[in-house]
Amino acid sequence: MSDEPGPATTNIPDDVETPDELDPESHDSAVEEAAKRTPRGIPLRVDGLRKEFGGITAVDGASFQVEAGSLTGLIGPNGAGKSTTFNCITGVHTPTAGQVQFNGENITGLEPHEVANRGLVRTFQIARELEEMTVLENMMLAPKHQRGESVVRSVTPGLRRDVVSQEEELREEVWEMLEFFELDHIAEVEAGTLSGGQRKLLEMARALMTDPEMVLLDEPLAGVNPTLEEKLLERIHELREDGYTFLFVEHDMDIIMEHCEHIIVMHQGKVLAEGGADDIRNNEAVVEAYLGEDVS
Amino acid sequence: MSTDTEGRSRLVTDAGYIAGAMLLLYVVFLILGTLQGYPVAGIISSLQRVTFLVAVYGLAVLALNLHWGYAGLFNIGVAGFMAVGVYTSVMLTAPVGASPPGLGLPLPVGILGGMLAAALVGLIAGLPALRLRSDYLAIMTVAVSEIIRFTYNSNTFSQFTGGASGFDSIPPGPIRQLLLQDASSIISEPTPLGAAIFQFMEFSGIGWISLGRPDTINILSTLLIVVVLVLVYAFLVRAVNSPYGRVLKSIREDEVAAQSLGKNTSRFKLKTFMLGCALMGLAGIMWFGAIGQSSVYPNAFRPEITFYIFIALIIGGAGSNTGSVLGGALFAGLLFEAPPRVATILTDALGVTNAPDTIIGALGPIASGQLTPMLGFLLDNMSQLRFIFVGVLLIYLIQRRPEGLLGHRSEIAAATDLSVRPSQSKGGETDE
Repeated sequence: MSDEPGPATTNIPDDVETPDELDPESHDSAVEEAAKRTPRGIPLRVDGLRKEFGGITAVDGASFQVEAGSLTGLIGPNGAGKSTTFNCITGVHTPTAGQVQFNGENITGLEPHEVANRGLVRTFQIARELEEMTVLENMMLAPKHQRGESVVRSVTPGLRRDVVSQEEELREEVWEMLEFFELDHIAEVEAGTLSGGQRKLLEMARALMTDPEMVLLDEPLAGVNPTLEEKLLERIHELREDGYTFLFVEHDMDIIMEHCEHIIVMHQGKVLAEGGADDIRNNEAVVEAYLGEDVS
Repeated sequence: MSTDTEGRSRLVTDAGYIAGAMLLLYVVFLILGTLQGYPVAGIISSLQRVTFLVAVYGLAVLALNLHWGYAGLFNIGVAGFMAVGVYTSVMLTAPVGASPPGLGLPLPVGILGGMLAAALVGLIAGLPALRLRSDYLAIMTVAVSEIIRFTYNSNTFSQFTGGASGFDSIPPGPIRQLLLQDASSIISEPTPLGAAIFQFMEFSGIGWISLGRPDTINILSTLLIVVVLVLVYAFLVRAVNSPYGRVLKSIREDEVAAQSLGKNTSRFKLKTFMLGCALMGLAGIMWFGAIGQSSVYPNAFRPEITFYIFIALIIGGAGSNTGSVLGGALFAGLLFEAPPRVATILTDALGVTNAPDTIIGALGPIASGQLTPMLGFLLDNMSQLRFIFVGVLLIYLIQRRPEGLLGHRSEIAAATDLSVRPSQSKGGETDE
């Protein structure tokens, strides 16, 4: 078992590694301003986000921000607008109104691939592994801007050498990542044969192979058995210590309370409360929204 | 488990499959030719025709496999893109004074121009359709294919396209140009190379076989198409065994997942669609243009052609390049070319004469215990009946072996052997 997540250390964006080295290249005023107010950067800001589907308002003016290097939880009862918020942030839906900023750049309405290429990747509530491709192929797909994604480079004899050498390097990173997630023993099987929990692990591992700055996890623990759940949470903590930022949608209050340092509670499309675990536990509005559910 | 040995062993296996299929076809057609009492030259000519069909089907099926097998792009307008390819190349290369006139450009320009034109039509069709769900692409492509056929068929443009009769005599293929001084006339003075080759084939040739000029030209032209097929195959194998191939597979599997990993799937789909259309154009050029002195007309590009190509791909196995060639060979040889020949042999052997013209005429005598008229009717209509066999086979395949002959193989889309672990890795002992 690997104690050190090799690829993670190499993948960390320089600008979020330590508080002192905050985003040296970006001179965006929003980030600078945020940096002044808090010791860490604010990679993600959601401002007055609104999404209507016909007559239904799924997200109704939600605003929040996520600190760099944090594990932020996003919770709320069913229909609170969590998934729609995720979809608006990642470009799956175009918001009706409001703004999403990532590293000071307005990313509202960008295509999903454009959002992902800026270092903001997501996983899905129902894992979207590529069933008829092997675990290795799934992982190798993820790295951004591979030379061999161009047909010409893949086919032309002289240029293919670069394609091969890059793939050899990536292959190494992929194996390390698979070891980190303990998926290496099933690397060569088709992803469609994996168990629910393994699919979740694969999806997270694959998302990390894009070399992201921030990962949005949409219910990463749904359908995962307790042993794997423990392992997954352990990995998330390790990665977070290495500098990744996580926004974590989860149904299970206890898990969020235990693991997230900052919690955002959504209800009926709005942000109902925000703060640490204790603030949320003692927030009457939250208790009421969860209608008697035990949040203490 | 190095890449080399693994890749090489698969290459050997695949070459074995193709060689086996071709051997089977040659034996079948040798037997059919012998039974029909063909002279040696006739048998050779029928083997040449089978090889030609196998090669042109192979080209078209490979192109469709890139679309449908790899990227999941449901293109049912293959015939249309083939038509654009061959029509454009003929328009570019036909002599200026011919009717309909061409631009008189050299053959390579014609081939490239034809492929480019097919790719451009693909771009026009793909730009709107690829943004939509895959079934809309299917509707769009079949419509485009028919629009192309009707346009070439139309009287309005007949001064450029020849209307319904198309181009009667398309420019001579490269082999004729190489062997004859006047490529448009088979009896013209041969070039020095031509003289040597004709001499060899006719007299001293392969043992006791003597082949005339037309046969020689056809055989060499067919070999040229086989060479093109091998090149296209090699191109596609390299193209899909790469990060590009991985993206295509991911689009086929789950486009949303591919997008969430930063892949600009629209661009990949459009590029791939254009590339496949260009290869379909090339298939069309080889099919109708490579041998030369044949004609090309709009109704050669009815939608059936597209369905034949689809059937061949389903038989061979979508997603496998070798399967595509294999499916093309088996479809063209055994299902398309052989049945009418078998019917002729049976008709002669059974002495069936006066076969009824209609099914009613064939059904009536059955009541009085006479089965011969029905048999005669069936044999007489074998050209149509063979597609019932194809239909039955298709139903069987889709129920019993939907992945076709080779579609079950996991062909990893990678430029390297992904299973090679880095040397510094700690090994895979995971006990949990």
